Amino acid sequence: MKKYSAFSLFKNALSYHENWQKVWRSPTPKKDYDVIVVGGGGHGLATAYYLAKVHGITNIAVIEKGYLGGGNTARNTTIIRSNYLWDEAAQLYDLSLKLWEGLSQELNYNVMFSQRGVLNLGHNLQDMRDIERRVNANRLNGIDGEVVSPERIKEIAPLINISRDSRYPILGASWQPRGGTARHDAVAWGYARGADALGVDLIQQTEVTGIRRKDGAVVGVETTGGFIGARKVACVTAGNSSVVAAMAGLRLPVESRPLQALVSEPVKPCLDTVVMSNAVHGYISQSDKGDLVIGAGVDSYNGYGQRGSFHVVEHTIQAICELFPAFSRVRMNRQWGGIVDTCPDACPIISKTSVEGLYFNCGWGTGGFKATPGSGYVFADTVANDRPHPLAAAFNIDRFNTGALIDEHGAAGVAH
Amino acid sequence: MLLIHCPHCQEHRDEEEFSYGGEAHIVRPLEPDALNDQEWGDYLFFRTNSRGIHHEMWYHAVGCRRYFNATRNTVTYEILETYKTGTQPTITGANS
Repeated sequence: MKKYSAFSLFKNALSYHENWQKVWRSPTPKKDYDVIVVGGGGHGLATAYYLAKVHGITNIAVIEKGYLGGGNTARNTTIIRSNYLWDEAAQLYDLSLKLWEGLSQELNYNVMFSQRGVLNLGHNLQDMRDIERRVNANRLNGIDGEVVSPERIKEIAPLINISRDSRYPILGASWQPRGGTARHDAVAWGYARGADALGVDLIQQTEVTGIRRKDGAVVGVETTGGFIGARKVACVTAGNSSVVAAMAGLRLPVESRPLQALVSEPVKPCLDTVVMSNAVHGYISQSDKGDLVIGAGVDSYNGYGQRGSFHVVEHTIQAICELFPAFSRVRMNRQWGGIVDTCPDACPIISKTSVEGLYFNCGWGTGGFKATPGSGYVFADTVANDRPHPLAAAFNIDRFNTGALIDEHGAAGVAH
Repeated sequence: MLLIHCPHCQEHRDEEEFSYGGEAHIVRPLEPDALNDQEWGDYLFFRTNSRGIHHEMWYHAVGCRRYFNATRNTVTYEILETYKTGTQPTITGANS
């Protein structure tokens, strides 16, 4: 892999940028691999990257039915934060945030990570009590955060309406300055390039159609391109996790739901932070292009159709216009729905399964993007050593039978 | 936006009148105390999450306020039938 630098930019300019090295190869699949990662989204590519980089396992294939990073990684609201309530979740998301802070250097790829801060608004007394509790819990876990007043919120985001007469008056917020956004595509591409350089085969346009087992252990996967053998299979398939699990005769405690978001036409810079509101159900930031990126809640029903109901978007826009009256004239450009696999406790599953050599990383629900580096890091460790990474142990699938759930509905930001 | 036929009201009504009740035909264990942790967890949390034909409960929250079941395709979102709780669906899929 040729390193990206100011010098390489200059050198390639001399040949009109026509001779850049391909970012990754398009290999023909081998007969068998040590590890097959099913799903070439952000989490899957990060898993492959850390398996190769940290654990020295390079005989890996990532099998993706569409194109790399083409699912929820390609279409999300790119918010990154780690202000989760419980120790287990807070530590996992903060590991992720720490990895984000060095990711562009690590990958030699600009993921455009911008620590512009995240506000979580409170609109009533109970919201404020929850916010204070969560900020205190965060600080005990070494995660930055403070409770801020409406006046301070107004300083951070001047366009916001802090009038006490509004339908949902703003009483305060939690503020995590280390939070922010990143360029979603760049994350997938950066991990893909890094993994490819370490020898990982990235196989696109190939769908896994079955998981072949022998004596209770995985021996490989059936794909639209034929059988490929593997000692270990790691599934990172987000919304389709239940479908892939069923291939191995497993059931998961997840339900797939449409999650919608939308972007406006590009406008001049007007919002340099991320504003989220759990109670009125909207979150907003502005991309580098100038689009306002707005996220809605999940639709109430199960669905795989990558679209949701209009009234969900409508309610979100109502909330956004209430918070930012100036945005009422902004026209919306695009809307989309992604399929997220929601868990009963709003926390992910990072786990071995009852099938030897089969691992699942799923159930990230509405907030998986922020966890991409950490998720890949702990899942790679879990797969490589065939035991849960210490930070992943609490996210074992067993918790749904032992009862040790980690209730993060409050911090998940979006009601499930 | 779904247009849902309530089998009690005998009318097609807007999705916003309803709330979703999750997978249908999950039988509550008659003797919960007799179940081990595995069985109880499976009953509480593990779901079919079908891609395709799915039987699910809906609640007509701002209408008759009664539950009923629907058979819906979770890919096309087409509602194939709605039927009263306690009756069986006429349309079934491979994994439902």
